[in-house]
Amino acid sequence: MKRAADRIGIAAIAILGLGALIGVPHVVELFTLVDVAVYCILAILALSLAFVWGFGGILSFGQSAFFGLGGYAYALAVINMGESTVPILLGAIVPMLFAALLGYFMIYGRISDVYLAVITLTVSLIFYHLINSTAGPEYAIGRARLGGHNGIPGLPPINIPGNAAAQLDYAGTFRLSLGALLLVYFGLRALIASRFGRALVAIRENELRAELLGYDSRRYKLIAFVIGGGIAGFAGVLFASWGSFIGPGVFGIAFAAQIIIWILVGGLGTLAGAVLGTVLIQYLTTWLGQSKSVAALIGLAKIDTSLVLGAVLILFVLLVPSGVIPTLRKLWLGRRGASA
Amino acid sequence: MDYAAIFLIQVAYAIASLALISVGLAVIYGMMRVINFAHGEFLMLGGYAVILPVQAGVNIWIAMLVIAPVTVGAFGVVVERLVIRPLYGRVIDTVLATWGLSLLLIGLASAVLGYYQEGSKPPLGSVQIGAYRESGYTFFVIAVTLAIMAALYLGLKRTRFGLLARGTMQNPAMAAGLGVDTGRIYAATFGLGAALSGLAGGILAPISGVVPVIGATYIAKAFITVISGGATVLAGTASAAAMLGAVNQVVTFLATPVVGEVALLAAAIILLRLLPAGITGRLFRGGV
Amino acid sequence: MKISRRQALASATAAVAASAFPRFAFAQGAAIKLGTIADTSGPLQPFGTQKLQCIQLAVEEINAAGGLLGRKIELVTYDAQSSDQLYAQFAQQIALRDRVNVVHAGLQSSSREVIRPILRRANALYFYNTPYEGGVCDRNAFLTGTTPGQLLANLLPFMIKKFGKKIYVLAADYNFGQLSEKWTRKIAKENGAEVIASEFFPLDVNQFGPTIGKIQAAKPDFIVNTFVGPGHAAFYGQWAGTGMKKQIPIASQTFGEAGEHLRMPQELSEGIFVCYNYFEELNKPANAAFLERFRKKFGTNYGYVSDLGMSEYMGVRIWAEAVKKANAIEREPVIKALEAGLSVDGPGGTMKADPKTHHFVFDMHLAECKSRKFEILQSFDQVPPTNPDGVCDLLKNPDTNQQFEPKL
Repeated sequence: MKRAADRIGIAAIAILGLGALIGVPHVVELFTLVDVAVYCILAILALSLAFVWGFGGILSFGQSAFFGLGGYAYALAVINMGESTVPILLGAIVPMLFAALLGYFMIYGRISDVYLAVITLTVSLIFYHLINSTAGPEYAIGRARLGGHNGIPGLPPINIPGNAAAQLDYAGTFRLSLGALLLVYFGLRALIASRFGRALVAIRENELRAELLGYDSRRYKLIAFVIGGGIAGFAGVLFASWGSFIGPGVFGIAFAAQIIIWILVGGLGTLAGAVLGTVLIQYLTTWLGQSKSVAALIGLAKIDTSLVLGAVLILFVLLVPSGVIPTLRKLWLGRRGASA
Repeated sequence: MDYAAIFLIQVAYAIASLALISVGLAVIYGMMRVINFAHGEFLMLGGYAVILPVQAGVNIWIAMLVIAPVTVGAFGVVVERLVIRPLYGRVIDTVLATWGLSLLLIGLASAVLGYYQEGSKPPLGSVQIGAYRESGYTFFVIAVTLAIMAALYLGLKRTRFGLLARGTMQNPAMAAGLGVDTGRIYAATFGLGAALSGLAGGILAPISGVVPVIGATYIAKAFITVISGGATVLAGTASAAAMLGAVNQVVTFLATPVVGEVALLAAAIILLRLLPAGITGRLFRGGV
Repeated sequence: MKISRRQALASATAAVAASAFPRFAFAQGAAIKLGTIADTSGPLQPFGTQKLQCIQLAVEEINAAGGLLGRKIELVTYDAQSSDQLYAQFAQQIALRDRVNVVHAGLQSSSREVIRPILRRANALYFYNTPYEGGVCDRNAFLTGTTPGQLLANLLPFMIKKFGKKIYVLAADYNFGQLSEKWTRKIAKENGAEVIASEFFPLDVNQFGPTIGKIQAAKPDFIVNTFVGPGHAAFYGQWAGTGMKKQIPIASQTFGEAGEHLRMPQELSEGIFVCYNYFEELNKPANAAFLERFRKKFGTNYGYVSDLGMSEYMGVRIWAEAVKKANAIEREPVIKALEAGLSVDGPGGTMKADPKTHHFVFDMHLAECKSRKFEILQSFDQVPPTNPDGVCDLLKNPDTNQQFEPKL
């Protein structure tokens, strides 16, 4: 019965997603498109960690490092080349190479659990400090200045491959972002259902048992880590082109924290949960920045985003520890079970 | 020559302040296996527990050495009861809940106190060393850190509470069977860690000031120090702080604060790769 | 010839804008929308709050006097929470959804550089009302803060003459600090002095022990700082704690802008030199009247109103003046009105538009902090803005879009 419920869910997501891809740009306001595009982009980032953590069992605390690397690789390349196709590829390949290096270093060094989390976070912070201190004019790659704390502003939008002048407009950006999200979501689902995915989950459940059965757990984990890095990097590319901007903030501890919160709110061990958690939390953050509506609602002169996010996080851990999607699924299945 | 003296004093200070900001986290992690991500905000609260009373006319030493640890310690006991206790044994959930607490405290402090930095001057005047001057407070920080480490060692090794606490952490069921109120021991241990964080925050407040997000400047460093140190509270924190603090400050002198920070982080990564269970996973085993 | 080409170009731009944003046409009689993005929470809150308050006061005063062109001004406010990422998001929102008539936004130079291209692309007229490192040359943007040619060019010669020729620079590590340091070196050289060392600090640095050691070893005649935010403010206490306060004087490019001199022990702020286009202490009737209105609205025990807030107040005022002059709210006529060399009088004196650079001419005042007050030592009338080597000329080259840097 659980299978049936899942299948209905997948079909619903596919139909809704395709419908939105075609229909939404005709219906909604320009700005809503821009807003939804960034939710899609961040959801891709969340999916990368949902896969690595939820299915590979690797708590990569610094998933944002790959996101940032992707964004920076794209930004530096696109400023120098002017055309966005190769930079997009670089934005996925550079983080994958780096993930392979870092993953080899950690996973083949048998570092796990909290130590792995600390190392990934530390790596992200190293990027943060390094990039943050490149404000001087001497830090430039070709025509692109690294910009330090300022980041790299004024990036051109993504263009149709081969034609630098055919830049995507707002609707195009939206379609690209949502399309990419659907692609990543279904791609990961297929991967998890494959032989590779099942072995990966077996390793997460019991690494020793899987190894005794002949699986080289380190290789599986490394491959998962590299795939996650590539997806996060690709999300970084989309993010940089969406806001025409990439800055060192993406390497900071606050951004790294956010990704974990998204997944936790949606539900660890599910892919849909990561997407839902991202949208919920991001919507909340943006909405809180529009002080008028919030002040009116709570009757306070000023309200801080972290206050609300913190309260949400504590309540979720204590009251909905498995996240929104698994809880809903349990409720739904429970009711069906009772009525049957 | 006198420049070398200044250099050495600053290195000692960097080590001491790193140990100081880490020791509260180390007690909670080392004894209870709870990673307190709100640790930075405990330091922040300790800072405000000094700055606000001092503005109200309280003597700075009383605020720093009494009010800050007592307030934050009491707060820690409450937090243990409300947030930590339901989550024992669920390491990741505790991290996330304390992370939520961290954000909540930052938000509360921002809403109530704002980001208006209350400037202050460290007490104790300055000391002339050859042609150079050094703040007397620098020496105080080094001395008080040594005193805290010594007191903690004696407290865990020689007192009844230390014995019960160590026993409870090693085998809670056995301790409970022998009649120990383990709930109270957990609360007291968390409270002790929080009090140490409050004390550290209070001691550093006159130097670096306090703002709601100041915890963020400490948390990563403290976290990395404690994990690199490994499971043994005192020996781990002291040895990791000595190594990382020295690397940080020497490089800061030779280059810039940023490069110093990066050197610290890189050293921690290399350390963890070589000693995957922290320094005391290999050395000083069985100490406190 | 030149003018007609410019006009042709302008109308072409307007046509493109109109076709790209069909709903950009404004109903006559509806409220005029003034958009602002400010940091009213997060670490930059002390700055952002005052900037927003000054905009609110300016808008309220204009509305009380009958509005603009018979229409009311409506304020659309966003809080970027001290995050450049949110600046990007809200800039899109303000231009594409709210379709405001003008945007007054940005504190840090980094946030300005995030939103400036976005607003330029959306043809939303942009005012950046903050003292900064100078050099931005963009026809869509007006920059109503002071620049190094006004601030450092008056502050440094004074310090060099009074204390000596060896300068130690401490600066925030982003474009504001980096470019200010370049300007300091350039101006020092022009005055026969020398920058003997420069150090840059990310905004979260709050420990200055090693730096204070290095300064003592270098023995400069004075220090120039470009500190930003609460972390850097910790320097003053550590500096005084080491007993160096009486040995080496400090000139600052930012001190007092968040009223920090009122929130630190008096001995820490004593004898710091600054140079701004506005001080509360300016002895002018217009200033007294402004402060009375300000405190009536925001509380009699309000901290300190600095040049940072005043830039916002004057930014809104001169934009409103341009709208009146042009008798239109659209981007093109407003730019033209400002490019005609518009000027307004304010609490700090007269500000006058510099048509070529879209910057402004100000009266500058040099002051020393004494007993928690700024004592004005010297005033410089109508100082023109920085225009590095005269390269920015938006009248001649309206398509320029870059930030020029000083050549060393």
